[in-house]
Amino acid sequence: MKATGRTTRRRVLAAGLAAAAWPARAGARTTLQVAAFPLVDEIVRAALPAWRQRHPDVAVQIVSRQYADHHTAMTTALSTSAHLPDVMALEASYLGRFSLGAGLEELSREPYHADRLRDRFVRYAFDQAVNRRGAVVALPTDIGPGTLLYRSDLLARAGIGEAELTPSWEAYVEAGVRVKAATGAYLIANAQALKDIVIRSGIGPGEGLYFDRQSRVLVNSPRFARAFELARRVRRGRLDARVSAWSNEWAEGFKRGTLATELSGAWMVGQMANWVAPQTRGLWRAAQLPERTFVGYGGTYYAMPRRADPARKALAWDLIRLLTLDRERQFAAFRSQDAFPALLETHDDPFFDEPLPFLGGQRARVLWRDAARRIGALEVHKQNNFADEVVGTELDNVLDRGKDIGRALADAERLLARRAHR
Amino acid sequence: MRPRASLTAALRNVRLSPRWAPYVFVSPFLVLFAVFGVFPLLFSLWLAFQSWEPTSGLDAMEFVGLGNFAFALQDEWFWKSLQNTAWLALASGLPQHAVAIPLAVLLHQGFTRLRDVTVGAYFLPYITSTVAIAIMFSSLFSTDFGLVNATLRALLGIEPVDWLGRPEHIKPAIAVIVFWRYLGFNVVLYLAALQTIPRDLYEAAALDGAGRWRQFWHITLPGLKPMMFFGVTLSVIGGLQLFEEPFILTGGKGGADQAAMTSAVYLYRMAFDFNDFGGASAMSWLLFVVVVALTWLTHRAFAPRRGGR
Repeated sequence: MKATGRTTRRRVLAAGLAAAAWPARAGARTTLQVAAFPLVDEIVRAALPAWRQRHPDVAVQIVSRQYADHHTAMTTALSTSAHLPDVMALEASYLGRFSLGAGLEELSREPYHADRLRDRFVRYAFDQAVNRRGAVVALPTDIGPGTLLYRSDLLARAGIGEAELTPSWEAYVEAGVRVKAATGAYLIANAQALKDIVIRSGIGPGEGLYFDRQSRVLVNSPRFARAFELARRVRRGRLDARVSAWSNEWAEGFKRGTLATELSGAWMVGQMANWVAPQTRGLWRAAQLPERTFVGYGGTYYAMPRRADPARKALAWDLIRLLTLDRERQFAAFRSQDAFPALLETHDDPFFDEPLPFLGGQRARVLWRDAARRIGALEVHKQNNFADEVVGTELDNVLDRGKDIGRALADAERLLARRAHR
Repeated sequence: MRPRASLTAALRNVRLSPRWAPYVFVSPFLVLFAVFGVFPLLFSLWLAFQSWEPTSGLDAMEFVGLGNFAFALQDEWFWKSLQNTAWLALASGLPQHAVAIPLAVLLHQGFTRLRDVTVGAYFLPYITSTVAIAIMFSSLFSTDFGLVNATLRALLGIEPVDWLGRPEHIKPAIAVIVFWRYLGFNVVLYLAALQTIPRDLYEAAALDGAGRWRQFWHITLPGLKPMMFFGVTLSVIGGLQLFEEPFILTGGKGGADQAAMTSAVYLYRMAFDFNDFGGASAMSWLLFVVVVALTWLTHRAFAPRRGGR
């Protein structure tokens, strides 16, 4: 009995080991791994039939995580060079951070020569993927040209036309006073959002948002003082609803018509039409941002980790080319997910001239196409995230606790200077 | 079939000698502890002396000596996070014990049949997922639709309070959650300690004419002292490492004016939001020094003295 029992146990163990070895042999077929976050994962999935036509013998596995988790996982994978995907989707702000290091493949080198593709993409989107050493580290797939969305019915009740809303940021705030008086609606969800965009206008050559190329801090300057002034005027006039973006109260504000305008990327129209406030269809219009400010709100890139398996890099590059350079793919993503194409050769399509029902039939894509070509690439600094936080906190101090603007900016400058060279 | 047959044959010759067997059986724990316990500790100690751009890979580290520690000690936000942590540890920790001890005595003396159910009810928050708790409390504390504000308005006529959005309100809100969550755990600790105090002490005291209050003061409290040492030590360590509640309630940011950014949240943000793993590691070791110092102080205050009673 004893001997039989032992034999049986060994057989079970052996069978288990053999079973464990089985998938390794079955996996001899090449599989490319793509790491992505929601909506981008859908876009990649939609491209798979086209991929299978080109490479019937190469499977694509999509590993999808929530937005923040995905970027944390990519940071960890790059830092340890373990579990690296062959292709990673990166959101614009993270690309800026990642491009400062040496973890991403330099696509301008042999055999990729991505630098030769520069003229095929929206200029700023491509330039944003060029790091300080001049190497291209990713290809853009979609962009978010900034736009001003406004409720035409609320503005009409206040007797305001688009021409009075957009000449300058000061005019925009003045219009907000009239809208509030006539309709009770807030101009904007949060004064912070106004600051975020005003600090992005009038950036000098060689300057970044918060630091220049030599890591000198730029926040104690007229550009920031003006943004803070405008935000304070908005708060003092009770023109902002004091809700943060994507909160329940924020969505409710759009549904109930208590928010008259929104500063965002063009993709916001899709979000509004699909779930934020579908019932306000036809009431919104889009315009260029006040003072002809042209900024990008996010965007997506595909990159390859430098330490990914070299045997699959050629295939990974092929997949990136399919996702970024194929007119059909770019259009499919534009139609299904509102992913505004970074590929210029899609921009002459009649689709851009089609009216948008959510915007009351306005042909707004033409507007955004024009904006996309005027946006400039921003110099990225390692401490940008920290600076975002510090400047946001100081503005809160000004708005909520009456701190003097000069002192707030000086305090922000001191905190950033300590970190600038870390 | 062939590989399977040869594997069986190979395994037939495997014998586990009695000398090695204990080590083999203990090894799963040791391996897991080495991988998930010892290695991260040593790695973070190593990192604390390095400057590292993490996305460049492990070979991009650069030795900077004590630079990260010097930076951490001069960093305003590090001190601010320590202050937040101390505030929250005190505001949530002290009431935990001040309420748990009388509550445990009440349950011990006053409840017989329903004691287990009552203790279970108090203990439930401790074993509930932090995420569920944070979601529940964020809706309770919601400015416009929350139960807390609705109650305050109905009872006291107070205008809606922005609990999670204003720096002066978010700390008390989090302290309440932490208190609520760990109260039951402390009650269970003290209840267990109460059951070890001999009944004859109370009977003798009663014969000598001691009332309930004197019994509590002279028998119960001294009898609970060892457990108070244990409970307070756990609260000190837990309080200084407070992470989940403030992290989830503030969307991982630490709240307006970083008012709910505890040191643990700040460490996380230093590494994953601000890309500074070296600085984060140095801060975590400084926090470790603070934890050790405060645990030692707790020991001085509560531990039984040698030769004394």
